[in-house]
Amino acid sequence: MNLTEQLVALQIVVPLLSAPVVALLRPRWLAWAATTAASATAFAIAIAIALGVREGRAFGYQMGSWPAPYGIELAVDPFSAVLLLIITGASTFALLGGRLSVDTQIEQQRQPLFYAAWLLGLAGLAGIAASADAFNIFVFMEISSLASYVLIAGGPDRRALPSVFKYLIMGTVGATFYLIGVGLIYMMTGTLNLADMELRIHEVGDQSPILVAAGFITVGLALKAAVFPLHAWLPNAYTYAPHAVTVFLAACATKVALYILLRFDFVVFQQNLIGHDVKFSYFLMPLAVLAILVASGMAAFERNLKRLLAYSSVAQIGYIMLGASLVNHAGLTASIVHIFNHSLAKGTLFLAVACLAMRLDSLRLDGIAGAARNMPWTMAAFVVGGLSLIGIPGTAGFISKWYLIAAVLGEGPLGFLLVAAIVISSLLAVVYVWRVVETAYFQSPPDGAVPAREAPPEMLILTWTAALLNVYFGFASDLPLSLSSAASALLMGHLP
Amino acid sequence: MNAETAILAALAIPFAGALLIALAGRIDPNLRETATMITAAALIWVVWGLTPEVFAGGRPAVSLVEIVPGIEIAFRVEPLGMLFAALASGLWIVNSLYSIGYMRGNREQHQTRFYALFAVALGATMGIAFSANLLTLFLFYEILTLSTYPLVAHKGDQKTVGSARVYLGMLLATSIGLFLPAVIWTYLIAGTGDFVQGGILEGKLEGPLVGLLLGLFVYGVGKAAVMPVHRWLPAAMVAPTPVSALLHAVAVVKAGVFTITKVIVYVFGIDFLFAQPSSSWLLYAAAFTVIAASVVALRQSNLKRLLAYSTVAQLSYVVMAAAILKPLAEIGAAIHMVAHAFGKITLFFAAGAIYTAAKKTELPELRGIGRRMPWTMTAFTIGALSMIGVPPTGGFVSKWYILAGAFEADNYVAIATIIASTALNAAYFLPIVYMAWFAREDEKTAVQHGEAPFAAVLALTITAALTVGFFFLNGPALELERQVVSGVGS
Repeated sequence: MNLTEQLVALQIVVPLLSAPVVALLRPRWLAWAATTAASATAFAIAIAIALGVREGRAFGYQMGSWPAPYGIELAVDPFSAVLLLIITGASTFALLGGRLSVDTQIEQQRQPLFYAAWLLGLAGLAGIAASADAFNIFVFMEISSLASYVLIAGGPDRRALPSVFKYLIMGTVGATFYLIGVGLIYMMTGTLNLADMELRIHEVGDQSPILVAAGFITVGLALKAAVFPLHAWLPNAYTYAPHAVTVFLAACATKVALYILLRFDFVVFQQNLIGHDVKFSYFLMPLAVLAILVASGMAAFERNLKRLLAYSSVAQIGYIMLGASLVNHAGLTASIVHIFNHSLAKGTLFLAVACLAMRLDSLRLDGIAGAARNMPWTMAAFVVGGLSLIGIPGTAGFISKWYLIAAVLGEGPLGFLLVAAIVISSLLAVVYVWRVVETAYFQSPPDGAVPAREAPPEMLILTWTAALLNVYFGFASDLPLSLSSAASALLMGHLP
Repeated sequence: MNAETAILAALAIPFAGALLIALAGRIDPNLRETATMITAAALIWVVWGLTPEVFAGGRPAVSLVEIVPGIEIAFRVEPLGMLFAALASGLWIVNSLYSIGYMRGNREQHQTRFYALFAVALGATMGIAFSANLLTLFLFYEILTLSTYPLVAHKGDQKTVGSARVYLGMLLATSIGLFLPAVIWTYLIAGTGDFVQGGILEGKLEGPLVGLLLGLFVYGVGKAAVMPVHRWLPAAMVAPTPVSALLHAVAVVKAGVFTITKVIVYVFGIDFLFAQPSSSWLLYAAAFTVIAASVVALRQSNLKRLLAYSTVAQLSYVVMAAAILKPLAEIGAAIHMVAHAFGKITLFFAAGAIYTAAKKTELPELRGIGRRMPWTMTAFTIGALSMIGVPPTGGFVSKWYILAGAFEADNYVAIATIIASTALNAAYFLPIVYMAWFAREDEKTAVQHGEAPFAAVLALTITAALTVGFFFLNGPALELERQVVSGVGS
């Protein structure tokens, strides 16, 4: 076996095995460096895999050489490649740009443990994306969830504790639902391998345990993905988490849950349960439309910068669900492209927020008044991220909006209503992004505030790299588009 | 320099100039103003250098990048865009001259930001003028909105920021809410968004949907200020006057009517649209805007707001002319963009000169001002006559063509609107002219003042001369625009 074949396994093994080492490393900068190195390695592997997948190569790995369906199988197709890219990319960017932010927010002696938890979270999320086995997914889901509870609670803000407790309860309920569903399917089919499950389930497809399992899995994962109205845990968890953690989790955590949701529904259920596509649409489309309208509206009235962006994330998850709920090639492509592009936009925005937090006491809107005078680079990067979030041409966000509107318009009269919803939500995005921009650019700083300095250069460099990626992928959208289109074709290929 | 390079240079020069201006601004204001003038001169040289080839029927094109399969950022110079680019680039240098006088005379803050963003706005205008398809046009349309927002909010106080919010809000909301869906819809049904002689929608769309798509375009292009999406224009008057003059009388608003004309001619195709009864509402909407905006202008007492409403009315002239859907009227639409630009920029220059010299903004304050500022008020008078359409001014030429087109189509609504609005224009401009020259100055509030700074007076003299000159020397522009409807070079 050469190295290429091991890449998929290394993707998970490198961060997983680095975690205990990092926990022991002193001083703290060494822990950071080791974590970043592990994350960057994973990122490099993800890029290599993504490029390979784009050329049509298949990446699979049988754990311990036990053949599937009996052994645990890892497999990367275009869909998982997109996810691996954003997971490892977000982690690497957050680590590189977040070192100083972590220094100010996490006590020194706890930092090695914090970084170890980070690596476990990374390994868990990457493991979910690379697994081809329903139970293995559950295990990685638990690893990543437990790690993210620790990460979120790690900040200096004590309000993080109740938020994380809420997240813990909701997350556990979601994971348990998922496990119940998987258990029911295992009971009926005797397999946990997704590909094998797809083959066997149709023999028992019309029996109630399978229908119940479909319900449990869909709702459980929707809870973890913060699909409206199951999003209640998300805003506070993002708001009170350490800023670097917010960058990491906001860019990828919920999308991983969405990924399994789509994978399960399309690969395992769609072709085996009669009328599942219609039920899937009827269940998700209204929720998606509500999410993009209500959550955008909430964001427009929110005064805390991080919570504002968190509500915007709930709305963006709505966009992703909306594309998927059309159950056609165009819709799924739009949905998966948006998974990628929204990570870019939200990652940039939260990086800029981390920069602001380095210099400002409060992240409420009145706290950032006039910030652009002293921190012009930070705010300019925020504007770029904001434009991408709105979907202005020339940014990555525009590409996904274009595909989403095109997909929706293909739906006839219903399409016009959906376009109206997308348009209204885009306008609300203009409102909430512009409230921030206007406050930062045109209002005077609060009385008595010490004039802030510009954020440290290393954070700015990372923030701007992310911002420029938004622009780059706004013009050269070939990579995410080709992967998304292939992923969409793959998922649709499972339909009868 | 071949034409392809020239197109790219015309786009690159303003953006590069903006950087140069920003850098020079840190060193010395004189250096910064020199950078502005050099950038403007270079732009003229490049843009006007393109005209001979377009005259000869050439349509130089260049494709920059394919952002998603089948959808490119691409440029193609055709007569409408050529005229628009030549106009905007030509007036920019005059406006820069004026800006120097105005900004220094009023000791405005943040002048570097002002000049740099001005250059960006001009770059966006070039992009709009030369765009080869709807998406490219949309991209630069949004850049123009975003780059002019800080110019409108220049003063930075509560009232200004509030107005700037209306400006940005309306323009972004209409463009994202209506224009973008219209663009995507067009790409979906036609398979392309390229501007093609004769249009791309024939046979692709039927019945009421044609009117609907047209509506999405007309109201989505908020910059054309067809009522009720005109509110941003009076709001934008809080900007420094050079911004109102070049951007809100020429570049931004003309980008709006230019887009609508281009969409009617090259996306729908005038013959196709003429055969669609569902598109006839546009003429009435534009006619209504012409009359209503003129009536509102009658009631204004602030000079710049009056000019803003006059602009709203004049823009709808162009839209109405385009909506007549006859060749002569399309030529009239294109020519009116030029004629109105010369006249309206002169009027704004005069308004700004009055503000700089006398700090006066309200109409009643203008009594007898002609004696103190004879150059300015002469130019103002010429501009006002052009708005009304009196020979020998440019406004007469375009009105002639629009009327001729209306008669060709037996379109009595358009004819009546033109006559009524001429009367209304006279009713709100002539009293100002009369007051300025013949009324006696109020001695209690009289302030000793003369003309505005030389640079400003020079600029408004040039544009006033252009207004008159366009009456006599409009041949080349007409010649060029005839190609739009005759199909030369397609």
